[in-house]
Amino acid sequence: MAANPATTPHRTAAVRYQAVRRYGSVIVIAAVILLALATAGFMLLRPAPSEPGPSAAEIDALLTELLGGATTAFADNRNAFSFSARNLTNLERRTFEVGDSFFEQNWVTAPASTAARDGLGPTFNAQSCSSCHVLDGRGRPPLDDFDPERGLLFRISIPGADANGGPLPDPNYGGQLQDRAILTTPAEGRFRIAYDLIHGAYGDGEPYTLLSPRYSFDDLAFGPLHPEAMVSPRIAPSAFGVGLLEAIAEADILAQADPDDADGDGISGRPNLVWDARRQQTALGRFGWKANVPTVEQQVAGAFRGDIGITSPLFPSENCPAAQTDCQSAPHGGRPEIPAQRLAQVVFYNQTLAVPAMRDTDDPQVRQGAALFLQAGCVACHTPRYTTGAHPVAALSGQAILPYTDLLLHDMGMGLADGRPDFLANGREWRTPPLWGLGLIDNVNGHTRLLHDGRARSIAEAILWHDGEGLAAREMFRNMPRAARAALLRFLESL
Amino acid sequence: MRRTPIVMAALGLFLFLLALACTQPPPPPPTTAPPPTATPEPQVDVAALKAEVVANYAAGVHALYSESLRSAQAMDIAVDAFIANPTPATLEAAKRAWLRARDDYGPTEAFRFYSGPIDNEDDGPEGLLNAWPMDESYVDYVDGNPTAGIINMPDAYPTIDADLIVSLNEEGGEENVSTGWHAIEFLLWGQDLNDQGPGSRPVSDYTTAANADRRGVYLATASDVLIGHLQDLVDAWAPNTAGNYRADFMALDRDAALSNIITGIGELSRGELAGERMTVAYDARSQEDEHSCFSDNTTADIVGNTVGIQVVLTGDYGAVSGPGILDLVAVEDEALAMRLASEVSASVALARQIPAPFDQHLTSDVPNSAPGRTLVLRTIEALEQQTDTIVAAATAVGITISVS
Repeated sequence: MAANPATTPHRTAAVRYQAVRRYGSVIVIAAVILLALATAGFMLLRPAPSEPGPSAAEIDALLTELLGGATTAFADNRNAFSFSARNLTNLERRTFEVGDSFFEQNWVTAPASTAARDGLGPTFNAQSCSSCHVLDGRGRPPLDDFDPERGLLFRISIPGADANGGPLPDPNYGGQLQDRAILTTPAEGRFRIAYDLIHGAYGDGEPYTLLSPRYSFDDLAFGPLHPEAMVSPRIAPSAFGVGLLEAIAEADILAQADPDDADGDGISGRPNLVWDARRQQTALGRFGWKANVPTVEQQVAGAFRGDIGITSPLFPSENCPAAQTDCQSAPHGGRPEIPAQRLAQVVFYNQTLAVPAMRDTDDPQVRQGAALFLQAGCVACHTPRYTTGAHPVAALSGQAILPYTDLLLHDMGMGLADGRPDFLANGREWRTPPLWGLGLIDNVNGHTRLLHDGRARSIAEAILWHDGEGLAAREMFRNMPRAARAALLRFLESL
Repeated sequence: MRRTPIVMAALGLFLFLLALACTQPPPPPPTTAPPPTATPEPQVDVAALKAEVVANYAAGVHALYSESLRSAQAMDIAVDAFIANPTPATLEAAKRAWLRARDDYGPTEAFRFYSGPIDNEDDGPEGLLNAWPMDESYVDYVDGNPTAGIINMPDAYPTIDADLIVSLNEEGGEENVSTGWHAIEFLLWGQDLNDQGPGSRPVSDYTTAANADRRGVYLATASDVLIGHLQDLVDAWAPNTAGNYRADFMALDRDAALSNIITGIGELSRGELAGERMTVAYDARSQEDEHSCFSDNTTADIVGNTVGIQVVLTGDYGAVSGPGILDLVAVEDEALAMRLASEVSASVALARQIPAPFDQHLTSDVPNSAPGRTLVLRTIEALEQQTDTIVAAATAVGITISVS
């Protein structure tokens, strides 16, 4: 991390919480009482901080409803992720509506009378964008073999890199396991999940249990995976807000990078440099769990081909490795299957889905949680605030936004590691995910499964999985008194 | 009463715009309204008016669902008569009854989009009543695939009954529509394979064709299921019934109820009607995206939806009439209420002018400048404009709504 004003209070607080651990329950009780008193005092004398910590102004800056600037939609129901940016023109909203239709509805096997939407597969993971990003929201792992949930898929690669520095695909299965296929083609195989329980305890002794997943693959139609195959589970993240992330000036992201941890705060932060298929050159990665995709267009076109089997001008060839002869000879739905104009409409749709507003900004507990979020050093990676730069979509330009991400890669420790490099990201690194809309996932998608593979069942579990560069912040949280933990979670749920 | 001047003014403007609508877009709103600070002499009890608007809405919803149920029951009788004696004449009668019933259903779509009885997440029947676009081959044979569909799969589905077709609706994908208006429509008309007229399913599909009996059972079952769902909606909105939805609705905070009411018309106006039902088909030029593609009834569907928005605003539901949203808006901003009334009248008038069938405006060779396509676009624009005004009207009465 580059020099950051949050560093000093972060260390002070760390020392305090370590002391709490060392001297046991008496101090814990005293700390709880002190914290309660401090909170009460805080509420009475708002702007008067009792000791070095985040200033009232720093806290106020996090308590703004307009997380997505002028795009922000005020809704907390199940459609909270589905609104168009509030600052679109009527003409732009029309483009949004057409994109919405092609995001939502199923693609079907070619040839079909529904000619605008044929060309599914031959192999695929899902029939539509919305079957994984349900209501433009977040997927979760399937609960059993019969669960129709489509929100999790697996990337596959073998050691080495392709001509552009990206992962080398498995010779027989390609870069992703497609677990479904049209009638005339075999599906590649399927995955199974088993969970080990990991038991732990908060600093105050309250126990918790985490789920550690183990993955296996069977019904593999083209022989075993390559002996050195590496797999990486990927959950479908919420779709909204990506246009604003795309509009953040590259310099603002690179300025946060500290690849060698020159400032010694234990947090490096590395940009991923990836292949831009449109411009045919290396570019800063922003999207995907490993920041392995540079633009919304490439993310959308990549998902169309990799997840649904729909070719586009950006990725014109079907995803059929040499061994998959039925796949190669299957009928297609046009060349490409989604034409340039339609792809552009779906890209525009993704770019201009509105960010939902923060809630309960005047709640004292939320305010306390915001202060703790700053104190615990979460903001070292979950960078709260940007003003976006210029973007071809005017509604996304110059917006004051609060995505809570630096869009950089961080070593998150062995527990979360997938062991599969992706461009410059190593097997332990993940991109900091944005936190906006975090508290609405349950309202929209009816679950609270978090992290890259949905292993965390709650926000608390997601924090407890933080390791590596996230260790210090996680330990801060783990050793907080119960009321403080609750306040921090309440703040995150209000996002 | 207090609503009369508005209604008269709206009517006058409506007639004026009707005359104008063919040749030019609606004029800009009048900007010479008196300053809103000039309080009118008879002080209006806003809280009482809100209660009246909400009560009149509930009565209106019940009235329109009741009308929809009655004409659907007439359709059900015609469908049964056709299946008992399949002839070209009985088929035509069943089709006419479907079209007639569809006219009454269209306006009720203004009662969606706030998780009410029609589309609440737990058991709202909207997806079972009106899902589209429909993958025809999920239900019956299609051009090029003579054995497709549930009807032609007696081994997999030996018994066709209500439980089966309800359980299969949208199973495995949104297009897998097995129930509702459009499934019945497909079974009466068949695929629409030309852009000059509707589908032309032969009567022999119900006499000598493969699985003719199963097709008849399917059609009769789909009609029964539809009647059942409409009856549920009528019951949910029935007056003086402890524990039904209307009782809860009347007990809601007035502003929350009004927010629901206005959200419903706002969402129908732009996101659903102007967006999904008109813009997508207009832009993609895809017949699969028009609403009633088998019967070529799409233009009437569009008119029905615009009328639904209008009646919620005016409060005049035909059998039931009383204060509407416009009366409430007029208390705060009379000019805004008049503008909204005139915009909604204009969009209804424009929608009525779109020539049927709708799919003639979607073929790849018809230029954007063609009169039909121009009217489609102007209706879309009028709906967008009125949506902005609906949101502004909500704000004027102190309610913030979010619509697509």
